Order: sequence, then C-alpha cells, then structure tokens
Amino acid sequence: MKKAIAFWGILMKDMKTYYLKPPNISWGIIFPVSWTLMFFLRSSIEVDIRGILPGVMALSILFGTTSMLAVTITFERRSRSFERLLLAPISLKLLMLAKTSGAIFFGLVNAFIPVLFASFFISLQGIQWLPLFFAVLLIAVTSTFLGLFIAVAVNEVFEAQTFSNFFRFPMMFLCGLFIPVQALPLFLQPVSFVLPLTYGVDILKNAINGDGFMSFGISLPILLGFGLVLFFLSTRNIQKKWIY
Amino acid sequence: MVEVTNLCKKFNSFEAVRGVSFSIQKGEIFGFLGPNGAGKTTTINMMTGLTLPSSGNIKIAGFDGIREIKKVQGNIGIVPDESNLYDELSGRDNLMFCASLYGMEKAKREVRTQMLLKQFGLDQTGKKLFKHFSKGMKRKLTIAAGIIHEPKILFLDEPTTGIDVESARQIRQLIQDLNAQGCTIFLTTHYIEEAERLCDRIGFIVDGQMVALGNLDELMGEVQKEHQMIFTFEQGTHSLEKSMSQSFPELSVYRINEHSIRISSDEKISLMPIMKFLEQEKVLPREARIMKPSLEDVFIKITGIGLDKMKKEKEGKKK
Repeated sequence: MKKAIAFWGILMKDMKTYYLKPPNISWGIIFPVSWTLMFFLRSSIEVDIRGILPGVMALSILFGTTSMLAVTITFERRSRSFERLLLAPISLKLLMLAKTSGAIFFGLVNAFIPVLFASFFISLQGIQWLPLFFAVLLIAVTSTFLGLFIAVAVNEVFEAQTFSNFFRFPMMFLCGLFIPVQALPLFLQPVSFVLPLTYGVDILKNAINGDGFMSFGISLPILLGFGLVLFFLSTRNIQKKWIY
Repeated sequence: MVEVTNLCKKFNSFEAVRGVSFSIQKGEIFGFLGPNGAGKTTTINMMTGLTLPSSGNIKIAGFDGIREIKKVQGNIGIVPDESNLYDELSGRDNLMFCASLYGMEKAKREVRTQMLLKQFGLDQTGKKLFKHFSKGMKRKLTIAAGIIHEPKILFLDEPTTGIDVESARQIRQLIQDLNAQGCTIFLTTHYIEEAERLCDRIGFIVDGQMVALGNLDELMGEVQKEHQMIFTFEQGTHSLEKSMSQSFPELSVYRINEHSIRISSDEKISLMPIMKFLEQEKVLPREARIMKPSLEDVFIKITGIGLDKMKKEKEGKKK
C-alpha cells in the first residue's frame, strides 16, 4: 500500500508539473498536425490520411516521450530535486517506473490525437484496435525507456535534446516509415531490425492498413523485449552513476 | 541511534573519507564541522544512501546502513544545503508530495501538512508556488519537508547559510523545538556560534579524518589555557601581522580581517609593551579586547583555516 501511494504521488506530481502544462498539451496537438501537413506538402496532390496514420502516430509518440522524459529527469538532476526521490524509502525500480509512467501516458495520449483528427476526415472502419493499442503502448514504453537511457547518459538539458536526436533521426528514416524496410539498401536492413520502432511501426501498419511484413506474434514480444532491456540497462546505469 | 565505524570512501585514487568513526545518542544534536572539501557531504551521502561506502559500517535506527538502506531512509529526514523542492508546486503540494513518498495516507498527509505549515509560520503561503518564496521561507519549507514523516533522525546540512538574520533565528529555534520533541539531529554548519549554541557534541573532520570529537567543554579544554586579545584598527593590518610576530616571538599573531588581529599566548598577555610597539609603528588601535576562547578558536587550531574565508567560499559557491 505504501509503495502504491509513493508510486501514485510521483506520477501525479509529474503530471501536474510537466505533462499537463499548457505548452506540453499544445505540443501534443501541434506535432501531429505539422507531420500531417508535411506529408501533404510532400505529396502535393492529396494526402492518403490512412496511409500516413501509422507514421504520424509513431513519430508523435517517439518525439513526445523521449523529449519529455530525458529533459525532465535531467532538469530534476540539475536542480537536485531528483535526490529527494533517490532518498525516499522506495526501490530504484519502482521509482523509475513511477517516473516513466507519466511519459508513457503522455505518449499514449499523443498517439491518439492523430487518430482523433483522422476520424473527422476518413472512416476508421477495419482498424484492428486491440493490436493497435498494444503497439501504441509498447512504442510509448520503449521510447520512454530510451528517453530514460538518454537522461542517465547526460548531465545537461541541452545534451539530452542533442543526444535524443542522435537516436531519433536514424530511427525515423530506417524503421520503415518513409521507405519500406525491404526497399532499403541491403547493408542498412540489419540496422532496421535492431531498432525498436521498426517493430512498432510494423504492428501499426498491420493494424491500420494490413500492410505490415511481420506478424503480431513476432513484433509484439520483440518490442516488449526492447522495453525490458532498456529499462534494466537504465536502472543499472542509474545505480552505477548516481548512487556511486 | 547512529553508529558509524571506520567509514571510508575512495573516488579512484582520491580518499575522500578515511576511517571516520562516531556515534550519536538518541535525542542528541550532533554537530559535524570541517572546512570545505573535508569530507562532510560525502559522509552524509554515505549515511543517507546517496553514496556507497568503500568500506566501514553504518548503523542507523537499528538498521544496517548499507544492506538495509531503504529501511534506514524510512527513519531519517534529510534537509540538503540547497532547497530542492519543486518550483512549480505550492508549499502545500510540496509537503503533500513529500509525505506521499513515505507512503502516508491522504488524510494523515493533509493533517501533517496543515500542522507543519502552521508550525513553520507558512500557513498563509500554503497556496503560493515554491518559486515565489523568499530564501528564508524556502529553507523553512525544506525543513518541514524533511520532517513530514516524523523521522527519528534529521540530517540538516547548512540550514541557515545564505538567509536573513531573522529567518536564521527562527530556524535555530525550530531546530531546538524539534530536538525537544525527541528528534535526534545531525547538523553541519559553517556558523561556529550556531554549533556552539545548538550542539550537544561536535565532531571535526579534516582531510577525510575525524580529528576531534566531544562536547563543548572537552573540545574547549584544548584552548581554554590560552590568553587572547583582539585589536581593531582604523587602517589596514597587512604588514602588522609580520612585524608584530617578529617583535613578540612569544605571541602568536593572527590576522582576522583587514582591520583586526588576534594575539594569543599560553602566558598572560602584557598590554603595555604591545601598546608601545603600536605607538612606534604609528598604528594606534581603535579597540583592544580581552577574549574568552571560543569554539571558533578550536576550529582554527584544528583546521588552520579562518572562518571568514570559509564562509565566503561557501556563500560564493551558493551564488
């Protein structure tokens, strides 16, 4: 019970101080709209909204969660308020789960804003909602833990942003969003398969348009595996770097 | 209540803490003093679980400070040297959040928060965001956050550094009140007079080693035999320290600041020859005072560092 109270307290504090702030709410709306507009300008004729929906959803989650978590944790480390959490009588794993839950929730909300917009223009019939929800959840989890991994590696807020882009941009171009993985040069294809977003995007494509190239049974466990590995690596690094 | 035995911490080849041992009794205010970089913060970090000791043992409130650190953390409160609460939360919300970290249920959190805001004179500012608090108010709220879960031991790191005189006075009173309620206190401070006034026992740490430990009388025993005088001048005392030391080798002359020097001796100090010397040097003092030795003298004797210099360094660091 005490652990649940602490977990809920940290989650609610983060929601109040970071995720429910007006700039972040507007980010959640502006980001998917800008991506949709970008695709529209690129096609110059008309946008296949359903076709671009998996990409816009995946990028909304990736950019939202990695930025928020890496920045908030680095900021709290700088202001030493993170020490307060490390000194609380809760385990490091529970603490980090509580810290990341807010970002995961933020990612979930970010993912469904493009879906909401799309519903005004196209029919959403035929979408497999359950796999879609799991894909969104697991992309949010892996992206958040990637943000955590980045936060542990840097000391300054600006470094967190720079370092995030080091991971995000290659992932964006190699995960099959713009160019299908099978159409990538042969030497780049193995790189695609070590990126968690490749599996997330594939599930989203399958769930929305039925044009993914792996089955849910393969992509979902792999994505889950990425999430677990990133979480354990990050908590191990925190133990080594911050409780030295 | 606290038992620290042979505590060591190495950062690569640098030994920050070297075999520190001490114990603190229940209900005691224990002062932990030393110059900057002496190993105070590293020792506190090891005791509170922010740093892993290289060797040694810590026992706090009956728990092993290394293997059972989470149980220890449930029994201690920590007030760091900088207020580290959340700027975007109100005073009330900060306390409510800190209480939730210790698993306190909502009804109990509400009662305790209200009580502490009132006790610390912050009940009128409970809804104000922390970032809009004055420095003194921030310190008070940080202390309130440190005791929200009614810890058995409270670690206070420089509680009055950088705040106004009135707030500092109130905080000292709060520390005494907390202690009267049964809370054991571990205090680090740069204000020796604060330690002298508040602490039951004091430990001095220099270069990672505990060099003196005891109550005020025990520590003062070292310097109580000394006779001291302080001379204050209108003009600077830069060259005076050297010339006086040469003329009176039996005295130890120490320049406190630009306008004051302290002379000390194991023998009674005779004023006439000194006044004659100062007249010859054309530097007549504005004031000459016979001083009773203080804890500050113990500190200077042990560390060889002037307190003014240390306070300036610390306050400069905070700015």
